[in-house]
Amino acid sequence: MLDHKDIVEEIKVIVFRLKDEEYGVEVNQVKSIERLEHITRVPRTPYFVKGVINMRGIVTPIVDLRRRFGLEEAVYSETTRVIIVAVGEIEVGLIVDSANDVIDIPINAIEPPPEVVGGIEAVYLRGVAKLNRRLLILLNLDKVLNTDEIKQLENIEA
Amino acid sequence: MEMNQYLDMFIEESKEHIQAINDNLLVLENDPESVDLINEIFRSAHTLKGMAATMGFEDMAALTHEMENVLDQARNHKLVINSDIMDVIFKCVDLLETMLYSIAGGGDGKENVSHVVAMLQAILSGDFSPSAEEEVSEVAVEAVSVPEAEEQQKVGSLDEYELTVVEQSQQTGFYAYWIKTSVQDNCVLKAARAYMVYDNLDSLGEIIKTTPSVEEIEEEKFEKSFEIVLLTKETIEKVEKTVLNVSEIESVEVIVIDPKQYKTQQAPAKAPEAKPIAAKPVAVKEGAAKEEKAATVNKKPAASKTIRVDIERLDVLMNLFSELVIDRGRLEQLARESGQSELMETVEHMSRISGDLQSIILTMRMVPVEQVFNRFPRMVRDLAKDLNKKINLEIIGAETELDRTVIDEIGDPLVHLLRNSLDHGVESAEARIAAGKPEEGLVQLKAYHGGNHVFIEVKDDGAGINREKVLAKSIERGIVTEQGAANLSNKQIDELLFASGLSTADKISDVSGRGVGLDVVKTKIESLGGAVGIDSTPGAGTTFLIQLPLTLSIISAMLVQVEDEKFAVPLSSIIETAVFTPDEIMHAHQQDVIDFRGRIVPLVSLKSIFNIPDTEKPKESDISVVIVRKGDKMAGLVVDSFIGQQEIVLKSLGKYLVNVFAISGATILGDGQVALIIDCNALIK
Repeated sequence: MLDHKDIVEEIKVIVFRLKDEEYGVEVNQVKSIERLEHITRVPRTPYFVKGVINMRGIVTPIVDLRRRFGLEEAVYSETTRVIIVAVGEIEVGLIVDSANDVIDIPINAIEPPPEVVGGIEAVYLRGVAKLNRRLLILLNLDKVLNTDEIKQLENIEA
Repeated sequence: MEMNQYLDMFIEESKEHIQAINDNLLVLENDPESVDLINEIFRSAHTLKGMAATMGFEDMAALTHEMENVLDQARNHKLVINSDIMDVIFKCVDLLETMLYSIAGGGDGKENVSHVVAMLQAILSGDFSPSAEEEVSEVAVEAVSVPEAEEQQKVGSLDEYELTVVEQSQQTGFYAYWIKTSVQDNCVLKAARAYMVYDNLDSLGEIIKTTPSVEEIEEEKFEKSFEIVLLTKETIEKVEKTVLNVSEIESVEVIVIDPKQYKTQQAPAKAPEAKPIAAKPVAVKEGAAKEEKAATVNKKPAASKTIRVDIERLDVLMNLFSELVIDRGRLEQLARESGQSELMETVEHMSRISGDLQSIILTMRMVPVEQVFNRFPRMVRDLAKDLNKKINLEIIGAETELDRTVIDEIGDPLVHLLRNSLDHGVESAEARIAAGKPEEGLVQLKAYHGGNHVFIEVKDDGAGINREKVLAKSIERGIVTEQGAANLSNKQIDELLFASGLSTADKISDVSGRGVGLDVVKTKIESLGGAVGIDSTPGAGTTFLIQLPLTLSIISAMLVQVEDEKFAVPLSSIIETAVFTPDEIMHAHQQDVIDFRGRIVPLVSLKSIFNIPDTEKPKESDISVVIVRKGDKMAGLVVDSFIGQQEIVLKSLGKYLVNVFAISGATILGDGQVALIIDCNALIK
């Protein structure tokens, strides 16, 4: 018999780097992690939409997460990865600086997002997890991938 | 019995029967004397009743039953079908359809049928005769007990010798049963099933007769059912069970042969002595048996060699095949690059085979437009009646085939257009006579193939579009300005009917006469990759022309390159490709234009409209142009080079990127890269 006190609810997250910080997305929202391949630009879309790629037969939009969060842009390198995430019916690839870890986070280690974290608006964050000396920023993908913003941008352009 | 698995089949088949009744009723209306037609309708109704009863949809069964009674009277010349009766029957069919849709939607198919049933019964009793009354009273109890004498009639002829055997065996405690077994329609090995039934029954007692003969049964020389006369000590239930134990048996009917009754039936002289017989005869699913009787009278249509396939499975197949087409493109490219002739030959062969495969898969998804068209005669009839107009609907080319997904979508737009033609196109009988036209208006629904497209025309010989009123209304609604209106051609005025502002006007019908929801039609058809046009001659009528793609998933396209980017332009929008020298480019109002066969065509630079980054590659001085069209309008897309024509698989951009300007989707090229498909309609204002 397990002692109930020992059971702490945990979530599994994929850890990726953006600029000099570590972020996490829940593993059940991640479909795969890919190397960056040829992106076809889609004209007249928001500036953070890099274009579309062929994900094994499925045309998948690619969002540059640095651009999405208004961070300074970086040159894509060997470590650059595309994290394919799925939220509801939306499937999108997120370009990140690197992705190389999967960890379990106890739910009770997650704290609400501070008002300002690395310049990224708190609305995109689910919380911050403190793991020993590591700080992990958990993304709220529903907000990150909200298409309303795209529609608004469209209206402005129109 | 687990009914769910049969529900889909029931719904499909019921739909077909209801449609058949509808169709035949419409023909019957013009030829009310035709017993053949009534028989046909009767059969459909009867099958429907049987199926509904089996599935436990009582209201449906009850209603069809009443309807059947009326039809039965009609086919026995006890009742003359008139237009009032027709209306009641049509009402029945509508009600049945409602029930069916309720069932299909997961409901219980319950409807209040009492009103229509009362009307049907009134029809029966209105034509009062002893026989009719008998029929009615029988109705109430029919399912419970059919007069025994009638049952005995069903028993096929027994000769003297057989009858004696039956009589003698009864004295020794044997029952003689007449057993009619019907196999299922889809039964594969009828003879084998029949043999198993025979064998099983043989183990219960002695078989003294079969109809048809044993040899004929073995040679599968029977339609759907066969009869056996069995002597046994077992009960009816046991016999039934024994037969039903054999799989693929649809129904079994067991009747006790009473030699005395049988004789009186065969030689009707005295009033039959009502003598109770040993066991109560039970008619299992007598509906099926009766139908069989009817079917033998009229030659059964040859079993069609088709199977029903779930459209979703075909979609999966199509998607898988799309992948194959992409890989084929890739292979072709690799083979070309490798320069190995053997590889190239193999790939070429594979391309050919997959090309054939592609056309087969596409045709598998094709269904005749008849499926949509066949509901219109009824609709037109009702509408014409409501509008008090005389209208003859002509359907041409109902066998023309279209992709199933298109078929499913095209119904509503057609309803709109037909309603329009009926309501506003065709004039009233008086107006027609005054205009020197035949009293009866003609509405034509015509489908035909043309190139990679299917065309559907809705044509009427009515008054044509009243352009003055359309214009007045359009100006009033702010769709065009007064100055703008002055410059419009007749055709452009007609096209205003599709403007969205015009349709939202309520009571438009008494103003312009047209425009009721036509923008919906246009939007729908364009969403299917089609186009709709209008052609009207005052006094002579109006024609709507719908152009639809044959399929929605694989299209032919022209691949073009601009700087480093590749785009696909659907072949359906391309008129042709051309190369112009720089001095052929003219300017008109800040716009580059070219003279294309005498027409001034504006040029659209893909590079600037799509903000394509400049790679500063050396360019040729000649200008490559793809001339595309949207309706009558043309535009020239300026590109760097033409790559070539290719079959491409349409892919959506997904839910994240919606309404991207001038891009209708994407495709995956042979090298695995994504190319965007240009929506020419968006580029031409």
